[in-house]
Amino acid sequence: MKNIFKQAFHSPRFVIGFSIFACILLTMLIYPLLMPGNPLEMIGLGTFFRPGTYVSVYDALDADSRTIKLSDADDNRLAKAMSDADRISMMEWLAVAGVPAEDIDLRDTHGLISLWKKYYDPSVRPEGMTKAKRNYYERLNNRLVAVTRADTITMLSPDAETGEMEERGRVAKTDYVNVSDVTNVRRLPLGTDNFGRDMLKELVSACGTSLFIGLVAGGIATFIGLLLGLLAGYIGGLLDDFIMFFTNIFTVIPSFVILILISFSIDQSQRGALTTAVVIGLTSWVWTTRSVRAQVLSLRNRDHVNLSKLSGHSLSRIVLTDILPYIASYVVMAFILQISSGILAEAQLSLLGLGPKTTTTPTLGLMMNWAMLYSAHINGAWWAYYPVILTIALITFSLNLMNTGLDQVFNPQLRS
Amino acid sequence: MHEGSNRPTDNRPTENCPTEKRVCLSGTGVTKVFGAGSRKTVAVDHVDFSFNEGEMISIVGESGSGKTTLVKMLLGLTSVTDGDLYFMGKKRDIRTRRRKKAYWKGIQAIFQDPFSAYNIFKKIDSVLLDCVHMRGGRHLPHEEKIRMISEACGFVNLKYEELTNKYPFELSGGQMQRLMIARIFLLRPKILLADEPTSMIDACSRATILDMLMKLRAEEGMTIVFITHDLGLAYYVSDRLMIMEKGVIVEQGAADEVILNPQHPYTKQLLSDVPKLTEPW
Repeated sequence: MKNIFKQAFHSPRFVIGFSIFACILLTMLIYPLLMPGNPLEMIGLGTFFRPGTYVSVYDALDADSRTIKLSDADDNRLAKAMSDADRISMMEWLAVAGVPAEDIDLRDTHGLISLWKKYYDPSVRPEGMTKAKRNYYERLNNRLVAVTRADTITMLSPDAETGEMEERGRVAKTDYVNVSDVTNVRRLPLGTDNFGRDMLKELVSACGTSLFIGLVAGGIATFIGLLLGLLAGYIGGLLDDFIMFFTNIFTVIPSFVILILISFSIDQSQRGALTTAVVIGLTSWVWTTRSVRAQVLSLRNRDHVNLSKLSGHSLSRIVLTDILPYIASYVVMAFILQISSGILAEAQLSLLGLGPKTTTTPTLGLMMNWAMLYSAHINGAWWAYYPVILTIALITFSLNLMNTGLDQVFNPQLRS
Repeated sequence: MHEGSNRPTDNRPTENCPTEKRVCLSGTGVTKVFGAGSRKTVAVDHVDFSFNEGEMISIVGESGSGKTTLVKMLLGLTSVTDGDLYFMGKKRDIRTRRRKKAYWKGIQAIFQDPFSAYNIFKKIDSVLLDCVHMRGGRHLPHEEKIRMISEACGFVNLKYEELTNKYPFELSGGQMQRLMIARIFLLRPKILLADEPTSMIDACSRATILDMLMKLRAEEGMTIVFITHDLGLAYYVSDRLMIMEKGVIVEQGAADEVILNPQHPYTKQLLSDVPKLTEPW
């Protein structure tokens, strides 16, 4: 046993797979300790906040401000105020005004603005330009002027008793505060989802639930498959025929269809993570049964089994000590694959809206479902589904990698 | 080998004591059929035989002649399609596990391939301890069990101290097969079925294994059924020969008779196929 562990860690595939899996597991264990609290707490009012650091504007006003003079500060403000379409329109105006095309650089905000200031004149009416277009240019110009106006902003707050506005302070363009001086700062590395929940916190929690579902589903499937396979293979005869009859029926009917039907027939309020896991486990034991049976069939006529029989051992003892250890490596690998297919099955089910009920626990599949229902892909909210997809892919990839690594350890012929 | 001049005659108690000739295992019309319909294969076809106590019988035949199937049936590891088996004068009854266990106290086997005969996950000690337990020694003190095992190892020229806590793959093929004989020594069955026990072993160890089987018979009065494809070897060790071809026993009788005066053409062909040192091929 010790030897097998040692050998497994010599296989690069197993080591890579194991490291990825260990990283995911560690994150799952440590992150909730660093960021305690309900992962499904709706903190953001609004859907799909971008990933980033959110600083309280209110607290920023109270923080000590310092004056920093940056030469490109205004250009940056202007650049933010101009969309790509605005820049193209500005170039069109400049072209009409007679600026040669090679002098205009769309990327160079500073040059573009200085050309614009020089050549824009609201009283000019270029030929063929509609009134609407001219109005647009005027609005654009006003916006740009507003950005560059060297003003301070005065803050007022109403007096509690009289209702008169009192000046509380002024903010100049050159005022800066250190982010660490601001009292309330919230980092949302993956933004928020459609309900305004912290995506990262939710993802870590969902990862745990999905792994739990995979583990339970894989455990149930492997247990049933192993038990039926051992019985069918070793005892044989009528029992074998009976078990194989059922196994064949389940093989012919796609298990995912059964999974959908069972999930559909269980009421939404009854469908917790455990129920879903059990349902997945109960529909995916078929291939384990078939392959365990095949292995046992070849084992049961071996001499060491005959010797064990001749030594008067009972059926259960022969199965446990003379058959099971020989297929244990296979069962371990099948278990790993069952975990990963359990996680995938949950994701598929939840994507169809047949997963665990949606109010208490997040799962990876449910997060995909929410992202799909609230059209994250159309809104451009990539953070609502790409991290989830990546996590599912990483978990199944690491499990499969571990599986092939173990395969190489147990079947030396496969080593290249 | 035709002359039979080099056969050892000293260790054959049965020839000297004809009164001991009690039948311990016999069968009539024993048949085994695999498959059904067009894929039907008759592995053993209505075989009649009887083994006497203390005898050494060889069943000789080429690969696929049904020797091993016959042994499996005799051991009760495979069901018998047709025919009756009699053990110690009574019809064999191994329908329950308890009766099977009792039957296996009287009949044991050594297999062809020592490398596959051991559970690779268990230490050697457990195999020998199982034998002590099977003989009813489960409640003996541990020292007594070790003493019995050491004695058995000594019988096959192995040292228990060197074997204990080892796994089967740490032994050589010859050592494994000798350990199988130590197992038989501990169990002391009435009948031993040795299914080609020397075919996977090198020539030096082969002689040792054969000597030990002879010793078992001489000391314990065990009936030994020796399965082999080597007619010369069979002639060397056994009192009686049974020649098997395609599931049928084509000729049986005393070893000298069968070898010196073969009746069936298959026996003659087998004899001519034995390689000889003095004649060209």
